Amino acid sequence: MAKVNLGWPVLRQLLGSDVLGRGVAARSKQTDATTARTETADRVAKSVCPYCAVGCGQQVFVKDEQVIQIEGDPDSPVSRGRLCPKGSASKNLVTSELRQTKVRYRRPFGTEWEDLDLDVAMEMIADRVVKARNDTWQDLDDQGHKVRRAMGIASLGGATLDNEENYLIKKLFTAMGAIQIENQARI
Amino acid sequence: MAEAHPVGFQWVMEAKARGAKVIHVDPRFTRTSALADTFVPLRVGTDIAFLGGIINYVLSNELDFREYVVAYTNAATIVSDQYVDTDDLDGLFSGFDPETRTYDAESWQYATQEKDGGDRQDHETQRETASGMQHETHGMSVDDDVLRDETLQHPNCVYQVLKRHFSRYTPEVVAQTCGVSEEQFLEVCEAWTQNSTRDRTTALVYSVGWTQHSVGVQYIRTGAILQLLLGNMGRPGGGIMALRGHASIQGSTDIPTLFNLLPGYLPMPNAADHQSLEQWIDATRNPGAKGFWSKADAYSISMLKAWWGEHATADNDYCFDYLPRITGDHGTYRTVLDMIDGKVKGYFLLGQNPAVGSAHGKAQRLGMANLDWLVVRDLFEIESATFWKDSPEVATGEIVPEECRTEVFLLPAASHVEKEGTFTQTHRMLQWREKAVEPPGDCRSELWFFFHLGRMIRERLAGSTDERDRPLLELTWDYPLLGETQDPDAEAVLKEINGYDVATGRPLSTFTEMETDGSTAGGCWIYTGVMKDGVNQAARRKPGRDQDWVAAEWGWTWPANRRTLYNRASADPEGRPWSERKAYVWWDEEQQRWAGHDVPDFEVTKPPSYRPDPGVDGIDGIAGDDPFIMQGDGKGGLYVPQGLLDGPLPTHYEPVESPFRNPIYGQQANPTRKEYPRQDNRMNPSPPEHGSEVFPYVFTTSRLTEHHTAGGMSRYVARLAELQPEMFIEVSPELAGERGLENGGWCHVVTARAAIEARVLVTERMTPLRVEGRTVHQVWLPYHWGTGGLVTGDSANDLLGISLDPNVLIQESKVGTCDVLPGRRPTGRAVLDLVTTYQERAGILGDRTVPIVTTGPGAAGDDEGDPTGGGGGAS
Repeated sequence: MAKVNLGWPVLRQLLGSDVLGRGVAARSKQTDATTARTETADRVAKSVCPYCAVGCGQQVFVKDEQVIQIEGDPDSPVSRGRLCPKGSASKNLVTSELRQTKVRYRRPFGTEWEDLDLDVAMEMIADRVVKARNDTWQDLDDQGHKVRRAMGIASLGGATLDNEENYLIKKLFTAMGAIQIENQARI
Repeated sequence: MAEAHPVGFQWVMEAKARGAKVIHVDPRFTRTSALADTFVPLRVGTDIAFLGGIINYVLSNELDFREYVVAYTNAATIVSDQYVDTDDLDGLFSGFDPETRTYDAESWQYATQEKDGGDRQDHETQRETASGMQHETHGMSVDDDVLRDETLQHPNCVYQVLKRHFSRYTPEVVAQTCGVSEEQFLEVCEAWTQNSTRDRTTALVYSVGWTQHSVGVQYIRTGAILQLLLGNMGRPGGGIMALRGHASIQGSTDIPTLFNLLPGYLPMPNAADHQSLEQWIDATRNPGAKGFWSKADAYSISMLKAWWGEHATADNDYCFDYLPRITGDHGTYRTVLDMIDGKVKGYFLLGQNPAVGSAHGKAQRLGMANLDWLVVRDLFEIESATFWKDSPEVATGEIVPEECRTEVFLLPAASHVEKEGTFTQTHRMLQWREKAVEPPGDCRSELWFFFHLGRMIRERLAGSTDERDRPLLELTWDYPLLGETQDPDAEAVLKEINGYDVATGRPLSTFTEMETDGSTAGGCWIYTGVMKDGVNQAARRKPGRDQDWVAAEWGWTWPANRRTLYNRASADPEGRPWSERKAYVWWDEEQQRWAGHDVPDFEVTKPPSYRPDPGVDGIDGIAGDDPFIMQGDGKGGLYVPQGLLDGPLPTHYEPVESPFRNPIYGQQANPTRKEYPRQDNRMNPSPPEHGSEVFPYVFTTSRLTEHHTAGGMSRYVARLAELQPEMFIEVSPELAGERGLENGGWCHVVTARAAIEARVLVTERMTPLRVEGRTVHQVWLPYHWGTGGLVTGDSANDLLGISLDPNVLIQESKVGTCDVLPGRRPTGRAVLDLVTTYQERAGILGDRTVPIVTTGPGAAGDDEGDPTGGGGGAS
């Protein structure tokens, strides 16, 4: 009987070395049988939090090609392993059931979304860009200066994207003559 | 900072634990205030008066760091005797033209430089093209024969000009204007100055709400003047820290998806002024000027070479003519108004939600409802994709789905763990992210989308002989494609950004390797070095605990992996640390080179004793004791003769919407601001105009820790939606009493643009302030909500009109006036009727335009201003 009583966590805490009850006194068989999912991940990708511009380090744990956990990276001299509520929720961000994973299409005057294949959507968008470019092309401005541009195409966004992405966006739009290219830095 | 950048704030707490004093100045008591030593509540929009008061305290008590100020700033430089200050012109500087509301800056120049030292472009053109943003790194062009008085006694030296200009900002004026008690103001003055010495430095931290004012650039200038006077720039523990709010908003400014810039802060060519390659390059290079911009030809030609490869040759000016030209304001707000007017056909939204996040939400949504097509690329079904079916305008009948012609493509995007690439965080540091998993379903990266869109457009144009198609057909658009989805190789793109030797493909190690003969290519010169030695330096992850406190081997910081800019200023003119405690970079006499904890921001073998011969320009024109190497005189600009459109010195103007008359000058608000006077963009009237009493309260907005900007990455995330589930407005107990508002109940807020509703949070975190002898109530709203996501609510940004800073065309969205009423707002058309009633009461229905110039000849009737102050014409 005494042996059983000594197994009680509170007695282990009071009689043992772990007076604060934050170590061995708090452990049970169940604790010992539990493995953190971070330990059984297939791999860990080194990443960076996607929210604000502090740039906290993240470790992305992957198992069976699924993200199973995202934690702060203790190696980062920026964040020393810490994440704020948003950064801590970024696994929820990337695995949310609300994520849009299919192309949605709303035709002019439509009242509902429709399905559309990604390939078809890309072809349709390319057609529209070429047409808008031709329809709004200007070789010269009203003072006769060369402008070679198309004012019918605009874009907004970039602050949440990668440098490499912004580079291709600016490069392509500039080459096609679209100049109304903006992002959050103006806002 | 604790609220919106919590993990960065750990370093403030670390400093506090080591004895630093933390002062928080904010209209609202936040999580930052709770951890600060001192909290100073302030009237929104009065930051220049507050900081100007501190500058006055420094100058009138001669508490500046004199040796630093004389050697490293333009304090000793003599300003033209034609310059007339706002003090004498009732809030205008000399050279003002009330017709165009712009300045002729000739009288602002240094003495002897009046004719040739001015800006190349007139101020009207500069305002239209947000040239202040191009000036971000260009610096001033200064001839080397400027006059200096190192005793700082000459009445027209910058130091004395500054002293006179800021003398008006006494503790009494600060108290009257800002609503801050004189005692508390002086406590801040004493703390700041006592902590700024050879042995100690003070850091100024702002979040980018500071830029969202009609005088936003001048806010930051005021901070810069103060930090320069106190010797806090270029030194460890000092500086001005801009806390930016998106993971790579710094990167998207460096490699700009912005209308007026090309990568590395090169200007987008302007049709009238940049008709040749040489004119375009000279706009940045300023021939004859000193400093590192003298190599702008190499940076510019290398960029053209990166884009048009073998087609870019010396004979065709490296395809300079392939660049489209800007002719004025093509900023996002101008473009949205053009959408309403039917001038824009197609619009791309890339991870951005203007229906909620941009000022004047209704204008944003009505613009999108009048396009041929819209492509939204996002993680979720955000409001900017669904405006046609569930926006507030559908409820009011202003958008009828069956009549809305816009074709909408919602393309799902890959998340940050489903692609590889670099973000540039707020400290200019690039950090590479590894790809963890493949994106699900149709989700794709922007790299994929734009590469393949470009490929398909080029296929459609193949064989075209039309001149206009050559820039697309000859574009270098050939990147290795990886994996099943055929994603371009991001590292190959980063290599092009870094730059390479054209003949061998060897990545460049530093931008000084860039050539003007087309033998090098490089997409963004300030990023050269990120692929040094062919190694992806942004992917370096040597743990912080295994490095010193500078941690130079984690990621890569532009330029040249330099962690603190202008760090030459951390040593004295002779190259010795100002003190052992603050040693950072110094001249090593034995090695005859600069050494220290960081990469020196100076030519590494140029000794402190180096003096250029007269007439020497470029990098060689910078003396060995001139730390600000991007400026034409190598000195920090306390006074700025070029590059600013609203004055060479910051001066207090009221916000565009304010219940108060400017207590300092007859000129009410920034006279050079960019306005779009239209019936769908009415501004609430301010004094001296009648009607301001209809909107008696001041509102401001900001973020909550648990949400992110327009909510596109937080309201759809269950954990975060649960933590902050509902839109609310914070009001003081006094205002709640005045307006009959109940804690937990509903209220609605009305401006000339919109009426929105929110739950009431009555809290002492909002403090009524005494300003100009009466009480002002300020209210605070978060701006995260919209109609989509797990938690919905009205959008605070709907309350705003569009009025912009003249230098950078950023909107004033952190301050406005409003009325607050108990209960829920009306619904359907009735909400429009309510707003119309307010417009009517304020007298702004119809064609009435509110005068912008409120002093000088021709100004609107004003009993309080000084009509004798003049203000027109160049003197």
